[in-house]
Amino acid sequence: MSLAKITQVKALALAVPGDDIDTDRIIPARFLRCVTFDGLGEHAFRDERTGPDGKERPHPMNSAQAARIAAAKKGVMVVGFNFGCGSSREHAPQSIWRFGFTALVGGSFAEIFFGNSTTLGVPCVTLSKEDLAECDAFVRANPDVEVTVDVAQLTVSAGAKTWKASIAASARDGLVNGKWDPIADLLEGAEPVAKTAAGLAYVAGK
Amino acid sequence: MAKTLFQKVWEAHTVRKLPNGQTQLFIGTHLIHEVTSPQAFGMLRDLGLKVKYPHRTFATVDHIVPTNELKEPYSDPIAQEMIEALRKNTKDYGIRFFDTTTGTQGIVHMVGPEQGITQPGTTIACGDSHTATHGAFGAIAFGIGTTQVRDVLATQTLALSPLKVRRIEVNGKLAPGVYAKDVILHIIRVLGVNGGIGYAYEYAGTTFDGFSLEERMTVCNMSIEGGARCGYVNPDQKTFDYIKGKPYAPKAADWDAAVARWASFASDAGCQYDDVKVFKAEDIRPTVTWGITPGQAVFIDEKMPALETLNAADRQTAEDAYAHMKLAPNTPIKGTKVDVCFLGSCTNGRISDLREVAKYLKGRKVSPSVKAIVVPGSQLTAIQAVHEGLDKIYIEAGFEWRGAGCSMCLAMNPDKLVGDQLCASSSNRNFKGRQGSQTGRTVLMSPLMVAAAAITGQVTDAREVFTV
Ligand code: SF4
Repeated sequence: MSLAKITQVKALALAVPGDDIDTDRIIPARFLRCVTFDGLGEHAFRDERTGPDGKERPHPMNSAQAARIAAAKKGVMVVGFNFGCGSSREHAPQSIWRFGFTALVGGSFAEIFFGNSTTLGVPCVTLSKEDLAECDAFVRANPDVEVTVDVAQLTVSAGAKTWKASIAASARDGLVNGKWDPIADLLEGAEPVAKTAAGLAYVAGK
Repeated sequence: MAKTLFQKVWEAHTVRKLPNGQTQLFIGTHLIHEVTSPQAFGMLRDLGLKVKYPHRTFATVDHIVPTNELKEPYSDPIAQEMIEALRKNTKDYGIRFFDTTTGTQGIVHMVGPEQGITQPGTTIACGDSHTATHGAFGAIAFGIGTTQVRDVLATQTLALSPLKVRRIEVNGKLAPGVYAKDVILHIIRVLGVNGGIGYAYEYAGTTFDGFSLEERMTVCNMSIEGGARCGYVNPDQKTFDYIKGKPYAPKAADWDAAVARWASFASDAGCQYDDVKVFKAEDIRPTVTWGITPGQAVFIDEKMPALETLNAADRQTAEDAYAHMKLAPNTPIKGTKVDVCFLGSCTNGRISDLREVAKYLKGRKVSPSVKAIVVPGSQLTAIQAVHEGLDKIYIEAGFEWRGAGCSMCLAMNPDKLVGDQLCASSSNRNFKGRQGSQTGRTVLMSPLMVAAAAITGQVTDAREVFTV
């Protein structure tokens, strides 16, 4: 399985502010009633975007900028802290990715969300609190300027600005080497796996 | 060298180091359900892969099962499609399925312990963030995404990095009317909803020593609400007694060896922790949430926080929360009108929860303004409860007695809030929209507090309604 090496994502950006944005807000549970991930993109942030009356609410995901990103099928989402907390549902990063976002920049990410995104080839990098505020302000003020998330150099830059970014070393390694989906590596280990399994006597089968 | 349980289990299950520096970790037990597995089976088929160790995966159906409709086809065709997909996948790949017709179906985090599948010193993964529940038995158990479900099906391993370990000690005896649920809500309130990121939580201290396995499960269950991917309690005699005789428990000659092996995984005296936090049981009072994250909580007799007392970030979330909850800062939460009461979920839908509430419910009546439902988390729990006559106590009091499932914990089945109804709930999440209505409101609390709310029609201190 050969995967693209993801060293850099350069795209238009959208700020979706707020801390502790949970996965129920990213993709409401009723859209989990499905057996494929197809079609999840259009429901990303559904209940934040549409009121109970069915009318559109003011939300960044309803903006013209969001529509441009959806059309281009690439984009950078700038979020707050503890983004993606809550459930393990991969439906959350799947919906963001299928909507068109190919990288996220935030203050911190919930672990399972981070892992799920990485496995999709969507880097989630973090900035310091001050830098994130600056990046967020820049993105709002300059919707036409592309933002570059450089996974190899560990920077986020836009216009004349460059901020220092972080990402877990293993995720960075996987992305830049085109090994962000671990399945090939895991399958390769079949022999040592069998050995480990043989040494673990538990769960009496019936 | 003295080691923590986490380190010992991690080492025992390490297959090798991967090129990216992560560990290829063997997953002893894999649990699956209908929501996060169908796509994984799809990926498996696309890649032409097989299930490598089918006897190490166990399936059940919980999220989409209607609790008031036993006959199939279900009125929701998507729910029917999902259950049928799981039937097909488990049949195609030879996986044991605790189906609705077997009398053993239930919420995945209840089925594992009930069957004796959940054992100490093991690694357990499931495409569900509340997998930490199984940590109550001294297992390293955590939630995974769907692509990782594929990884486990295909290889029985995952690519992971180790976690730091934080010991959370609670010592002393809880006052009457204060429960395991209050302990974990309090811990999350103090350490924050993201305080546990990067950590496994080891729960310890005399309070946990005294807890039953079911109480330990309630606490471990909500580790993820505190940001910790897994939480565990070291195995002890209570753990072994709980497992003994369960269908998948080691039998006769194997039993003693298993117990010795399990006990050896407990954290060694003098081992190093990355962090330690200590709480006193006497400081904990019945706790309820007032906001839209599980950390936004107060003791029942406290006022909700004034905005001025919060830092800038918390303040923003609090403003959002007050607007959604239609509550006012710096006022008591006690007395808030309740529309719906939900007793159930993998946090508090076990037999001990149903017994504890039933003890106080005899002769009492649910307020006519309240819709109250009680949902045993599993069929085995339901059967046991009926055997003990608990269902009658609930029904006489005015609760609706339902079939096993996740029910109103989340909006994937017909049990949903309507409009801006406020629900007193024994579940684990109060996120916006979690219970099925965009404007619905959730107040998390212990089962007995849910019962008190049902009777009075208000958020109430259970200690004032019942003689605890
Ligand atoms: S009861 Fe709630 S938290 Fe538990 S598995 Fe079901 S939906 Fe998830």
